Parts: sequence; structure tokens; C-alpha cells
Amino acid sequence: MSVPAFLPRPQLQRVFDALQHLGYRIVGPVARDGALVYEDITSASELPWGVAARQDAGSFRLEAGAGERCFAWANGPQALKPLVFAPVEPLWRMERKGAGFEVRMTQATCRPTAVIGVRACDLAALALQDRHFLGGLHADAHYAGRREDLLLIAVNCTHPAATCFCASTGDGPQVSRGFDLALTELDEGYTVAVGSPPGEKLLALLAPAPATADQLERERAALHRAAAAQTRGLPGRQLRDVLMARLDHPRWQEVAERCLACGNCTAVCPTCFCHAEIESASLDGATSLHLREWDSCFGERHGYIHGKQLRPGTRERYRQWLVHKLATWHDQYGRSGCVGCGRCITWCPAAIDLTEEAAALCAGAA
Amino acid sequence: MRRCRMSAPALPLPVEIVGRSEEAAGIFTLHLRLPTPEQRAVYCFLPGQFNMLYLPAVGEVPISLSSDPEDEILGHTVRSAGRVTRALARLQPGEYLGVRGPYGRGWPLQEAGGRDVVIVTGGLGCAPVLAVVHYVLRRRKSFGRLVVIQGVKHSRDLLWPQAYQEWARQPDTQVLVAADAGEPLWPWHVGSAIPLIEQAVFDTDHALAMLCGPEGMMVAAARALAARGLAESAIYLSMERNMQCAVGLCGHCQLGGKFVCRDGPVFRYPEVKFLLERGGL
Ligand code: SF4
Ligand code: SF4
Ligand code: FES
Repeated sequence: MSVPAFLPRPQLQRVFDALQHLGYRIVGPVARDGALVYEDITSASELPWGVAARQDAGSFRLEAGAGERCFAWANGPQALKPLVFAPVEPLWRMERKGAGFEVRMTQATCRPTAVIGVRACDLAALALQDRHFLGGLHADAHYAGRREDLLLIAVNCTHPAATCFCASTGDGPQVSRGFDLALTELDEGYTVAVGSPPGEKLLALLAPAPATADQLERERAALHRAAAAQTRGLPGRQLRDVLMARLDHPRWQEVAERCLACGNCTAVCPTCFCHAEIESASLDGATSLHLREWDSCFGERHGYIHGKQLRPGTRERYRQWLVHKLATWHDQYGRSGCVGCGRCITWCPAAIDLTEEAAALCAGAA
Repeated sequence: MRRCRMSAPALPLPVEIVGRSEEAAGIFTLHLRLPTPEQRAVYCFLPGQFNMLYLPAVGEVPISLSSDPEDEILGHTVRSAGRVTRALARLQPGEYLGVRGPYGRGWPLQEAGGRDVVIVTGGLGCAPVLAVVHYVLRRRKSFGRLVVIQGVKHSRDLLWPQAYQEWARQPDTQVLVAADAGEPLWPWHVGSAIPLIEQAVFDTDHALAMLCGPEGMMVAAARALAARGLAESAIYLSMERNMQCAVGLCGHCQLGGKFVCRDGPVFRYPEVKFLLERGGL
């Protein structure tokens, strides 16, 4: 691919113009209700200029940031997952016809969508969700429909949160694959790297100058600092065997006493894929929608079968969450299910920190 | 045996109920016939596999196939226990329901050819293994001995008691039944079914065991069979989990790293031994 380009800050709007010219709907981060959320935007002015975010276990606070940047923060509660794996979505529609009935697949019509401000952890999580929803024998048509025509404009992380540990999982702070364009925010603008032919096409419309050696050096230094600033981490990338050998560790009980089983962690986790299927019928039962909606292994219906709970208590449910994420994900997808985004730490009302739990559970392991 | 090369549809196919038989209180079989000759020609399954049955405006439920794979009519034996199965219980011939499937891995009937087959089941209405009993009896010469060991809590829980008597009269077939609590005149053993495994007559070097029932019972049965000298890799069991999508996507049926709907429901014992022995996973 080509050498990195450089866009001066005032020209960020040209990226929006070019995307709109190509017919894209644009989704990007905005500061709203005390958080950073991804929603439809039409201009660069809607980005969170001058905003910083302070994250810690159980807390997220927006603050005034130093300087004139719009990506000087790490992440909000959600990024890509709701765009490809919708929180609620009909799978089919049933209509009675005579003695029988008819079933038709419902498919949301999706405009090509460009997402701006995608982080390295989000891309790693998307790759995992792609494998889950598209990589098997029964590729999911609904996910596929949303996934195709998604243009990803990534932004390398220069301001990780205290909760971030993507350097430890190997998923960030710099994006390495799966993006169309990747920006790095500097004081005076953005370096731009191309990751795909559609990204190249978009960049060509902007006809930018190449980045200077000095700019690339400052980019490199910023990413190095971002990795070095992360203090949290997991005790190794292959925790499968240690955790499977410690399913009876007293720590499971101990964390269960703090955990509220609210399911926030699974809702914000960009790799959690569990969903329930439910039938939503019209009052007269003549038609119905068969829906799927996000579900959580902390909930009552997840492990329910024939009047019995397979995982009755919070101890078993927290263990399912952590063991799936960090251990059995390796069996399913050849890697850990954690990309180090830190969301489950920030958004846990009880301030439970999975890196701390993993460390306690794995303490003393070779 | 026919080679299955069809892939299951993503949407339920409306299918007419052409018959219904009452098996026992709260247990019934729905006989379904796929609408077109082409659909009937391509649909094929192995005992142990399941379909998702869809009741419009109510929901879906996984039900294993209980008919013979060579019959055109698909049998599903259902116990009315939950919201959807109670609604299924009201269906009559002439009505329609939706079918998608078959899903999952069935019993290793190919590998079982020429060998002794030991079936151990516990609890109520274990349709997945009853289909195997019928399958073997219908092709009696293709298999070695058939041993059926069934445990129930109370003697009145034994469904189809005449069927067990009937099987016991077949050549090279042994039937061992136990009830934890028996009524007067109960002809079988009183107590747990697990010790009956001692009495089973089969060639441990040329046998396959198929287990179905509560997880604790299957673990105990697998241990007793292994103690008899049967290789653990010759023991298969059928797992039950909450299943909603049936295609490895919704995550509800996870057992450790396995998706029971896709990697099972029939597993070789060593694949799930560790997870089963612990429980709570
Ligand atoms: S487990 Fe937590 S830190 Fe890891 S990917 Fe999920 S939300 Fe992010
Ligand atoms: S089982 Fe729990 S941890 Fe695993 S994907 Fe489902 S909700 Fe997430
Ligand atoms: S039933 Fe949905 S993953 Fe198995």
C-alpha cells in the first residue's frame, strides 16, 4: 500500500464530504449524556472536540481535554457491535394463510455505512464476531447484511484509558488489520494509512500530501507512549489451562458476593454474542415476528432448561462469563475472547475488574 | 444408510401434522409429512439429531427425531413440560407447524454396525435412544447383541412397559429395568439401574454404549461401563441444553467450549467427561 498521507485538521470535514459523495451514511462518536456514543453524524463539527474521558473501575467521566483534538479519549460503552449484531432484530415474519402459515425472512435494508473513530480493540472484536456469525456452516444472513458495505475509518489510540489493556492482549493500541483507513491524531492534523481498496479510493478523493518524516516519528512516539501508559493486563494470553484447572477456586465465591449479576459486562463487551430468540405475536395471533435480542449468561433465561437452572448462582454465572471469555473461547475460536477494551471494568456498577479477578485466579500458576 | 448432504434451512418450513399418537400421560408423538416429494427426497437424518419445531405466534423448541430414518413420515415425541411444548400438545392432525433441521450430530450407528449395542437411559421418555432401539431391532442382523438398561424413579414412570417385555423376547437382546421405588407386582429390579450394568452381557472389545438421561446418571453409567472394560471412546451420550438457534450462534447451549446444538447433542464420552463430571458449567 501507499505511504501514509497527512490531512491538516481543518480538512477533516473533507473526509465527511467525500463519504457523503460516495453515498455513505456516517456513524461516529459524539459526547452525549455524560458518555461517548456512536451515532449518525453528518459533519466533523459533531465530533467530541476538546473532550477527554476519565475511566476507572465502575466510573466514566467526561472532562475538558487539553488542546484541540477530537479523538483524545479511548472508548465509550459501545462502538461497532450494535451496528452489525443488532440489540433487537426480527429474524422472520409469520403470517397465517388458510389452515397453514407462511414464513418470510425479514432483512433490514442497510445503506452502506462508514464508521469513523473505530479503535484497534473494536476491530479485533469485530474480527471475532465475524468468525462467530459468518465463519461456520450456517452463516448468519442478518449479520452478513449489516456487515457488508461497512467502511471502517479507524483511529489509533493515543489516549488510552486507565481501564485499557489492549497492549497486553495484543490487540492495540495501534490498528493492524481490518480497517479501510487508519488515522492518527497529531496536534496539527491526521496521518492517514490505507488498509483496503475502498479506503484507497476514498483517500484518492482527498488527494492529500504525504506525511512528513517528522509527523510519522511523532505518530510512532505517541503510539509507543499509549502502549506504555497501560498499567492493567492479563496474566498471559493463554489462560485456558490455568482457568480450567481452577474451576473450584475460592475466588469464584468471593467475586460472586460482589457481583450484582446485572449483565452490564456482557452488554458492553464487544465480543459477547449470546442472544435469545423470542416470538412477538400480534394480539390476534394472525402474524408474528420471531426476534432475537442480546442475552447475557448472567440472566435467568440463559441456562434454563425444563424447570432447572444449569448455572443457578452468581458464582456459576460469573465463572461462565470469565471462563468463556478467557478460556473456552480458545477452544471455539483459537484465541481469547477478550480484546482488552476495558469496557466491562468501566461499566461494572460494582467496580469488578476482570484483570484483577484473572490475576487472583491465576496467582501462583507457572 | 443414505448419505446426508442437505443443509438445514434458516427458516421453518410449514409442515402438516398427518398423525398423532398418545404415548403416556403428557407424552405424545406428532407425525409430520414434508409437503413436496422433492423435500421428502432430500430430507434425511440420523437418530439422535433434532429439529426445531415452530408453533406460529408461540415459539420454537428443539425435539429429537423419533422415527426411523427410512420412513417418510417424521416422528417427534414430545413431553409437554414448558410453554411451547404445552401448546404443541394441543395440536391435532390437519394442523400445521414449522420445521427446521435436522441439526446436530446423531448416534454413531454406522460405527455400531456389527457390534454389540448397550443402551443406558434414565428418567422419563428418552426419545433419542428409543429411536436407536427401534433402529437396531428393525435391522437385527446388522448388529451384535442389544442390551437395554433403563432406570426410572418410580415404576409407574416406565413408559411403554409392554415394549420392554417385547424387546426382552427378541433374539440376542437383554432388557434390564430398575425403579427406585416399585409397586407390587413390579417384575423388574428395585433400586438404581447402575448396578444392573454388572449383569449386562456384551463383548467389551466389540461394543458401543449409548447413554441418555440426567447428567449425573450418565456419568455414573459411563464409569460403570468403563469399569466393565469398555473403552471410554466407545461410550456416547446425548446432552440436553437450552437451545434457541440450533446453529451455534445464540450461545445458550454452551458446555465449556462446545456448542451442544452443533457439536452434539451426541458426544463421545471423552469429549465432555471433564465438563460433565464437574457440573455447573
Ligand atoms: S472482557 Fe471486558 S475488557 Fe475484554 S473485550 Fe470484553 S469488555 Fe473488553
Ligand atoms: S456465554 Fe456469557 S461471556 Fe460468553 S458470549 Fe455469552 S454472554 Fe458473553
Ligand atoms: S442453540 Fe444456539 S448456540 Fe446452540
